[in-house]
Amino acid sequence: MKKRHSSVNAVSRTISKWGWLFMGPVVVAFVIGFVWPFVQGIYLSLCKFRLISDAQFIGLGNYTKAFSDPGFLHAFWYTALFAVVSLVIINVLAFAVAYALTQGIKGSNLFRTVFFMPNLIGGIVLGYIWSMIFDGILSRYGTSILMETKYGFWGLIILMCWQQIGYMMIIYIAGLQAVPEDMIEAARIDGASKSQTLFKVTIPNVMPSITICTFLSLTNGFKLFDQNLALTAGQPFIIQPGGTAVKTTEMLALNIYNTFYGQNAGSQGYAQAKAVIFFVLVAGLGLAQLAFTRKKEVQQ
Amino acid sequence: MKSGSLSAERRNKTILSVVLSIICIIYVLPVLTVLLNSFKLNTYVKTDTFALPKGEMWAGFSNFIKGMTFGNYPFWKSVLYSVVITVLSTALILLCTSMAAWFISRVNSRFCRIVYYLCVFSMVVPFQMVMFTLSKTADTLKLNTPWTIPIVYLGFGAGLAIFMFVGFVKSIPLEIEEAAAIDGCSPVRTFFSVVLPMLKPTMISVGILEIMWIWNDYLLPYLVLDINKYRTIPIHIQYLKGSYGTVDLGATMALILLSIIPVIVFYLTCQKHIIKGVAAGAVKG
Repeated sequence: MKKRHSSVNAVSRTISKWGWLFMGPVVVAFVIGFVWPFVQGIYLSLCKFRLISDAQFIGLGNYTKAFSDPGFLHAFWYTALFAVVSLVIINVLAFAVAYALTQGIKGSNLFRTVFFMPNLIGGIVLGYIWSMIFDGILSRYGTSILMETKYGFWGLIILMCWQQIGYMMIIYIAGLQAVPEDMIEAARIDGASKSQTLFKVTIPNVMPSITICTFLSLTNGFKLFDQNLALTAGQPFIIQPGGTAVKTTEMLALNIYNTFYGQNAGSQGYAQAKAVIFFVLVAGLGLAQLAFTRKKEVQQ
Repeated sequence: MKSGSLSAERRNKTILSVVLSIICIIYVLPVLTVLLNSFKLNTYVKTDTFALPKGEMWAGFSNFIKGMTFGNYPFWKSVLYSVVITVLSTALILLCTSMAAWFISRVNSRFCRIVYYLCVFSMVVPFQMVMFTLSKTADTLKLNTPWTIPIVYLGFGAGLAIFMFVGFVKSIPLEIEEAAAIDGCSPVRTFFSVVLPMLKPTMISVGILEIMWIWNDYLLPYLVLDINKYRTIPIHIQYLKGSYGTVDLGATMALILLSIIPVIVFYLTCQKHIIKGVAAGAVKG
């Protein structure tokens, strides 16, 4: 054991001279592409500016302004509702399909191939495909997906189901295949019915997959941007008494984007504050997932 | 009794097959609708979305011809830039992050641990958090061309790749590298001729994930690239709807079809790797 330790040191000592070559490119790119923009982003959220060069420190003003913006608050609740509804529907359906595909029926591979396919199509293209389909249906009733909030909401849910069920299905199939065969066999011999086996043996054994998929679909729901932009871009709008418009199908990411690059110049600091709030929210979900999976592992 | 339950089971399986087949057909319908409408004249796309393109609706290949120069930008150029950006970025990410990951797990100094934890941290940061400052930084450093944007992708996408590579390198036994070192191999040679071949499965998984992300990415290239000169496929398609009042839906569908076909071909040829890569990325991410 001790000998192994010293040889690790010997290897690492010769390698460490080459650090500039092995680490250099990643560290430089990482600073440009992540560390510096992140630090600057935090700082700018506390500033008032039109150009970054003349940013003026104003403290937490941008944050109070963000929390009193009706459009942002609407986007928050809309996104949360969307994330939870899509989470439930996608996971229930994906698990059902995965369960069906592990029953040894003919053509399972073909079904799996087809169900996964929409995952490879990008969000913008998906949005346009579905906006054509929804408008094709709704135009018969003299309306459009852009006319009502509920059409936009359920339209996006359908779109996300189409895209994500296949993805979650793959994770569930991997989980289901890892359930020990003899465990299910033992339950059957003891006289358990099919549904008893499912709920008492199979589901407890795939809990890790369920945790992963739950958090994945939750964070995907919160971070959704391309599909939202391409399908409705926030329409329909409601004009507030003050003259500002609330975009009723606009989600958080799109709201932040519009605050940055929309008509209202000079609001960048305030948009950056929204982005920081958004980051805290999404990172919080990520950390919750980590804590949750750790706890599960300890129990097992 | 036994034969009865067996035939019941067979019947259940048949019902399941039928249900799944129906869902399968519903799943393919959106893509088929795109196919149908790409051959339809513009005015019929909205009114007869689900009809076959026959009779007066039939547009032949005119939508495809029109689509080529649609939106005052040649479509082949956006395909070219999409390919250039995806290939260069993926290659750069695979090379640089595998090198860094090996270094991190073998040297394990304080600096390495800091870089590693920063990478893991970057995985939970949404793009909106850095998009404004990142696009300004990229602009200042002239990273706004398809040949330099891979550096931005390397920086923003390093997290997941390093995380996956470090996880795999830790499972490689050290003895092989020691043997190479004793035989007088320099670390660079050890990495490229001993470690790199062993990393192949993870290379494929990471590569697939990066390709899927970069090929479909819209916001990062849109904010970083000089849009008048360089457009990728998603940017081009977004532009068709965004900036023109009356959109030729037939031509848009033709372009959407053209942009889906390579993706589907890619998927059908490397399906096994894609599904494996996605599962690996999800379990770890």
